[in-house]
Parts: sequence; structure tokens; C-alpha cells
Amino acid sequence: MGSKEALEIVVNGESRELAVDPGRTLLDLLRDDLGLTGTKRGCDDASCGACTVLVDGRPHLACIALALCHDGSRVLTIEGASPPEGVHAIQTALVDGGGLQCGYCTPGIVLAARALLDRIPNPTPGDVREGISNNLCRCTGYERIIGAVLSALPHLTPLPAGRETPGESRS
Amino acid sequence: MKNPAEPSDRSAASTGGRSGAHTPLMDGLERATGRKLYVEDLRLPGMIHARFLRSPHPHAQVLSIDASAALDVPGVRAIITGKDTPRRYGVLPVGMDETALAVDKVRYVGQEVAAVAASSEEAAERALEMIRVEYSLLPAWLSAASAMGARSDWIHESKARNLDREYHHSFGDPGRGFAEADVIVEDSFFHPRVTHAAMEPHGTVARHEGGDRWTLWTSTQTPRHVQRGIAQALGVSEAGIRVIPCAVGGGFGGKSETFPQDVAAAILSRSTGCPVRMRLTREEVFGLHRGRPENHIHMRLGMLADGKITAVECETIQDGGAFSGYGAATILYSGALLAAIYDISNMKFDGYRVLTNKPACGPMRGHGTIAARHAFESLLDRAAAELGVDPAEVRRRNLLRPGTRTVNDLRVTSYGFPECMERVLEASGWREKRGRLPPGRGIGIAGSHYVSGASNSILRGDFPHSTVLLVADRDGSVTLFSGAAEIGQGCDTALALIAADTLGLPADAIRVVSGDTGVTPLDLGSYSSRVTFMTGNAVLEASRSLGRAILEHASRHLGLPPDDLELRDGTARSKSRADVSMPFIEALRLGVEAEGALVAKGTYRPPPEARGGNFPGAGVGPGVSYSYSAQVVEVSVDLETGEVRVEKVWAAHDCGKAINPLAVRGQVEGSVWMGLAQALAEEVRFSPGGQILNAGLLEYRVPTAADAPPIEVFIVESLDPEGPRGAKEAGEGSVAAVIPALTNAIYDAAGVWITELPVTPARVLAALEEKAIREQRAALERVAAAT
Repeated sequence: MGSKEALEIVVNGESRELAVDPGRTLLDLLRDDLGLTGTKRGCDDASCGACTVLVDGRPHLACIALALCHDGSRVLTIEGASPPEGVHAIQTALVDGGGLQCGYCTPGIVLAARALLDRIPNPTPGDVREGISNNLCRCTGYERIIGAVLSALPHLTPLPAGRETPGESRS
Repeated sequence: MKNPAEPSDRSAASTGGRSGAHTPLMDGLERATGRKLYVEDLRLPGMIHARFLRSPHPHAQVLSIDASAALDVPGVRAIITGKDTPRRYGVLPVGMDETALAVDKVRYVGQEVAAVAASSEEAAERALEMIRVEYSLLPAWLSAASAMGARSDWIHESKARNLDREYHHSFGDPGRGFAEADVIVEDSFFHPRVTHAAMEPHGTVARHEGGDRWTLWTSTQTPRHVQRGIAQALGVSEAGIRVIPCAVGGGFGGKSETFPQDVAAAILSRSTGCPVRMRLTREEVFGLHRGRPENHIHMRLGMLADGKITAVECETIQDGGAFSGYGAATILYSGALLAAIYDISNMKFDGYRVLTNKPACGPMRGHGTIAARHAFESLLDRAAAELGVDPAEVRRRNLLRPGTRTVNDLRVTSYGFPECMERVLEASGWREKRGRLPPGRGIGIAGSHYVSGASNSILRGDFPHSTVLLVADRDGSVTLFSGAAEIGQGCDTALALIAADTLGLPADAIRVVSGDTGVTPLDLGSYSSRVTFMTGNAVLEASRSLGRAILEHASRHLGLPPDDLELRDGTARSKSRADVSMPFIEALRLGVEAEGALVAKGTYRPPPEARGGNFPGAGVGPGVSYSYSAQVVEVSVDLETGEVRVEKVWAAHDCGKAINPLAVRGQVEGSVWMGLAQALAEEVRFSPGGQILNAGLLEYRVPTAADAPPIEVFIVESLDPEGPRGAKEAGEGSVAAVIPALTNAIYDAAGVWITELPVTPARVLAALEEKAIREQRAALERVAAAT
């Protein structure tokens, strides 16, 4: 156990200055230090994707990410993924289309899907399949998740040209 | 019967609100936004953390445990060992062979030996390293065969030759059945141990409330079984134990009993005065297991030339791991549910559940039926092949009829299996495809079924298996108190739909409080696919009773007899006079003003005639009803590499009546998917020393989205005469069929029978090679005979 080091990180748009143990994972930081328990722990070894968060707009597995390695990063968790006035179209589509049952994998899937849509605004079913293939779901058989993501597309606001914070710009 | 179409416009459907309408799960948005609290998300003031020290040996005497150095580790608050957990518990009354921490000996690698509570998990883990345990190794029994051959050093002294349970059943006259048969087929089958791998690892937070009272937040499907197990393990009365299941992140059977972390956290909370959290790592969840046992089956099937089954005989050996758990039920289901899907007059079953030095097995989706169904449906196809009859036709010739009592005393009240078959045969293009696809491509069919709620309770005694309360109050709220646990299967939503329909309200007008043993009446919980049928019937009774009470108050106000009134569209209205009505809330308020909050109770008790026969082991197998599934699988088999690719699955499920078609479809798709994963990939493997080799989700090969084949689901509604609105279960009956449908399709594609799971390329290649050798030998023999 080393002494704590300073970490500056933006979480869901809010700047944080924290003293962090060098061995602390981003997952523990989010869940235990910041109380953001929407990010789930399913495996601790980067095999399930339940802890997926967006770091500078790209999906990262928080369970194997050391918090200190993300000094200066912008992190988006499920708590920041919904616009304040409601929920993201992907979330609504997952619920309405049966793309979730127990819901434990869902926060990770929502963020993986957002990252995918930021990268490929009009994905094919194959793109979605690949985009969520790091996220395990034991309940659904995946087809409804893929269908839900695709059905959310018409309800997403197009990304304005030139925006540089893709993970947080669409709603 | 009709097949509710899936609405294409999901936004319009999202309002749902009536039985039979596509209804999103009522807590879906809470789950999708990360707001729903699972056990691991709880943060109680003063909460501390605990970790287990686990056995490195599969079988050993524990000679001594020295925890003195560990107690000095900063942050450590308490350490307990087997001396602190002497009381035995177990989910079945015939089991009761577990203690939370090993007492005197360890029985598998990973068994809990000591538990440390500390200010942090890290501190607890540092302390674990300081605990010194002295073991004296015993011979380890790591296979069913070696365990049954053991002459001494049995895993439990009372279980000679490590035989946990054995059952020998014979119904009708199997000898005569086989004597009459025109064709007899038989084979041996192997199914490895597989596990649930629910996405949420198990966890517990226990808080000692003083005296003999505790509150436990734990990830469980069966809060009442945990309450009872904790009470047994602590030697206190059940009434002092309150179990709250929180949100459960998937169960599949793996969260259906009391676990060591529940007991240890409770004891540590008492010793420290703090709430104690224990959360398992993924590796520990694999070690906890309670999933399917390894099955060794030998089965024989006799058939007349016209395809009629004359007899079936099955020997099953299950390698059940170190404790009894649900094992008696697992082995009995394997035998009993040979019946109740086809008409079979003669049946023999010999079942052995064997103890081994591995993590204990238990119930997993399709409990006990998966391996036996694979064997049976494979032999059906094999007999069909020998007779030159279409596999679908062979199944048609052995159908049951609703209103049947099977030879082993199972009662079939509704039977949508024939329609399930016809649906998938038609949709898949069976007639055009079977036997007509090019080499390497094939199509196969199989059926399966499952109890829609076990008729006999684990708890002995004649009492309702479900009791619910409905409370309607002045603010217009209607709250349903149900002990069934919402584990993502959608039971809160289904129960709300049943109540809402009866009261003429939209589903979201019903608030559901579920699972908490401190505030809900007795319900046996979310296992054996019982909730829709049993708790649903209790809700139906309670909501009818509440509705009658409200109408009586409305009747006084409206001046019409209660019989002329009904609850519809949020009003109490006259059936005879369209202009006479009053809002529901006003009728409710009249009632509350007269007598306070309106409270209605509903119960469900399985009828005596559904409880099965009178022979040892007759208690397992009887269901209050049965669901049915027929599935067609189309595959491609690469004849060079042995690789199998599932092109499509057509699955029809008879759920009686779809209370919520969206949830039914989700359950059936999930079942098919889980069955396919078992068929193609999954297996818990052990080192020669009894350690799990693949205790991780990647290593275990839980399939990903990249592996998902299209699954087309058909809902068949046979309207069970006793189910609520005709409903039966949807979550388990479709797991089994997909496995034999797949292997039967492989036969159609490549001419080989796969009898061992998982269906790896190596197994397919070996079968192809064996077939080639057999054919060459036959050719040589023909040449030799001719010369």
C-alpha cells in the first residue's frame, strides 16, 4: 500500500480533486469513493463489461483501470448518461423492447452502445453486435439488446459538427 | 389458441397495462439508469467488510487453526472459524449437512474455513494470509466412479460409498414394454457440470439488530429459504430474521438457498456490532456453484414399428459435489420428468446422486431435466431413423391429451405441445428441409417441458404456497405485498398486471412490494417456475376480494346492487346503465371512510390431486401444471473442421396464457440461449487436484453477442384450467429442447449422433471419423462376403 496521490478527474461533467491510493481501480473510485454505484462489478478481470464507463468518450473497463492512470480524463458513468430531464433513448428502447431483464449488465451496455453510436452514427446490426460484444448478458440472448439499440436511432439527436466530447453530447 | 403478435410500434406498446399486452418491466428504467440498488450497492452507516479463508485441499481433516497473528492486523474486527458455526443447515429436510465454515474437515477446494471482518476488504485479505491452518490430507473423490468405489474416508461419514441418494422406480411393466418393441435403441450420454453465471455475483449485508434479531440484505430468489437456513444455522427462531432480497442481478436457480456468506456475515455482525458486507468475487461464485451436476446417463427406448413408444429405461448417475443441497430433487426430476410430455406406459428409472469432493451442485434452470431430455429426444430420433419414420411424426404418434394422469402420477391439465410442434415445423420449413438439405447442413426437432410450480413444498406441512396482501388506501394507492422475489424475470410486473386487470386499473397503478420477509406474507419464492401460477392465483383471489369490497361501497353510493357493478377503466360502473359510474378512487375512499384502509388477502394452495403418487421420491416431479416447448434448430456442420454453426432456432412455448408477452418472449429467448450455450460451449473443468480450471467468465466461455443466432419465438396459449387467466410458466420449459434439437440437426447434417456435451469441433470430428471407419469396415465386410 503506497501513499495517496493527487488525481484530477472530471466525472459526469463535474471536476474532482481526489487523493487516491495507487492501487485503487477506477471502479472502486467511482463506486466507493464517489458513490456512483450504477457502474456494476461483475468479474474484476475485464471479462464481463458490466463496469464499462466512457473515458474521454471511449469505452473502458473500470475494473482493471487504475484510477491514477486517468488523471485529467473525462469520465462518463451511467449516472451521467441520462439527460437531466429524462432518460436516454437507448435506455428507453432497452426497457420497451425487452433488452434487459435483471439489468445488471445494462449500465455497461448503455455506455458501450453510446460509444458505438458516437463512432458510427448509423450502425448496421452487425456493427451493434460487435459494439456490445465485450458486454456479457446472461438473461436476454442479446437479440433484443441489438434490436433496442437500432430502434433508438431515430430518436437520437444528430451530433453537431465539431463537437469534441462525444460521450456526453448526445441525448 | 392464438399467437399474440409482437407489436412493431414499441413506443405505443410501452404503455401496456393489461394482461396480454406487451408491457415493459415496471422497474426497467430504474435498472437501465443504474438507480436500482443491488446488494453490493448498499452502504450502511458503520458497515465493515468480511472475506473468507478457503480450503486449498479437496478433502482433509482440519487439525488446527491459528488466527492469533491475523487478529493483530490493523483494521481487523473479528475472526470466526468452524467452532463458531457448529449448527447444520440445508435447504431440504433430507439434506441438512452443511455448516457455514468447515467443522473438523474440508470437503472441496474453496470451502470456507474461516471468515475475517475488518474495516476494509483489503485489511481482511491481509489478515487471511496470517491465518495458519494445519490439515491432514484425506483421499479425494473427484469423480462419481471413484466416489462410489470408496471403501473408506467417505465425504460424509453417514453416507456409505458417498451415495447421497438413490431411487429405483418402475411404473407399468417395462419388461413387457421392451418385449413388445419392434425396435430398441440405447446409448450412454455425458453432460458435464455447468453453472448459472448470473451477472451479479452473490453478496450479503447482515446487520444484527440485538438479541436474536437480524436483517439480511442478500441476493436471493428465495428469501424464505434463506430466513429458515439462517435461523437453523444460528439456532434462533425464524421470526427474528428479516431477509430483504434487494434487486437481484439474475438467478437461474443459483440463488435459491442459504449460503455461507449469509451465515458468516450474520455472526460477524453480532460479534462486531457493525453491519457486515460479504461480496463474492467471480472466482468465488464459480466455487459456490450450486449449478448442474455432471450427468452420466444410460437410456433405452423401445418402440413399435408404427412409432409408438413401448417403454423407457434410464439410469442416471449425478456427480453432485460435497453436499446434499437440492440434490434429491435434481436426481428425482431426472426420472419423473421422463413422463408428462409423451404418452409412455412403461417406465423404469434408477437414479444415483453421488457425493464428490467438488463444490456442491443444485438447481439450475430446467432443474434435473436437461440431460435426461437430451438423451430421450436423441433416442426418439434414433428410433425414428431405424424405422424410417420422420422425427416429427414419431413425436406426433406419442402425444398426450390434457386431463391425463401419467403412469408415475403426474397430472397434465393443459397440453399445448402439439401446437408448439406444428408452429415450429411450419415456420422452419421442416417438410422441405428435413433430409433434403445439402451435406453439412441439417435440421432437427425436439420437445421439452417443465413444472409450472412444484406441487410439493420443500417445507413440510399443508399450507398455502403463496399468500399475498393487497392494501388500498385513501390516497388512491393500491399496494401488493408479495413474497416472490423479482430477479429480472418480471414477476412484479406480471403480478401487477393480474391485479390491475381485476381492479380495472392500469398496471402502473399497482405498487408492488416484494420479497421482503419482514413485510410480506409467506411465499415460497422464485424457484421451480412457480410465481406466475401460484402467486398469480393468490393475487387474482386478493384482487377479486378487494374489488368486491370496493363495489359494495360504490353500491351504497350509486344505489345499485353490487352485482350490477364492475370495475373498469378506473371507474366503478353499472353493467346495465351506461350513464351510472363513479371514479375508482372515490369508491375506494367511501370504503376507507367506512372501515379504514381496505385490506384483501389471497392464497394459493396446490390441489391434493396435483401432489403426485405415494412412493419414495414421489414428491418431486408433480407440478400444478406443465409448460411445453417444441424447437427446431437448423445447423451448418463443417465436415472438415467439425465446427457447428447454429443458423436459426424456432422455439414455440406453451405458457398457457401470456400475461406479459414481452416478458414471455424474453424468458423463452433467454432459455433457448442458455440451452445453446450449454450445448456448444460451457463446462466447469477441474484439475486433478480438484481445483476449478476455468473459474472466470471468459475461460468458462459465457457466449457473447457475437455468438447469438436468430431465435424466432412463438407463444402458444393452451389456457390452463387452473392457471391465473390460464397462465403457466415461461422461464424454464424451453431450456432443454434446444440441446437435442441441435444434436438431432447435426445428425441430419452429418450423419453422426453427438452424445456428449459440449458439442466441440473435436467431438464432432471424432464422431465423423468413427462413422467413416464404420462405413469402411462395412464395405470391406461386404467385399469379403461377396468373395
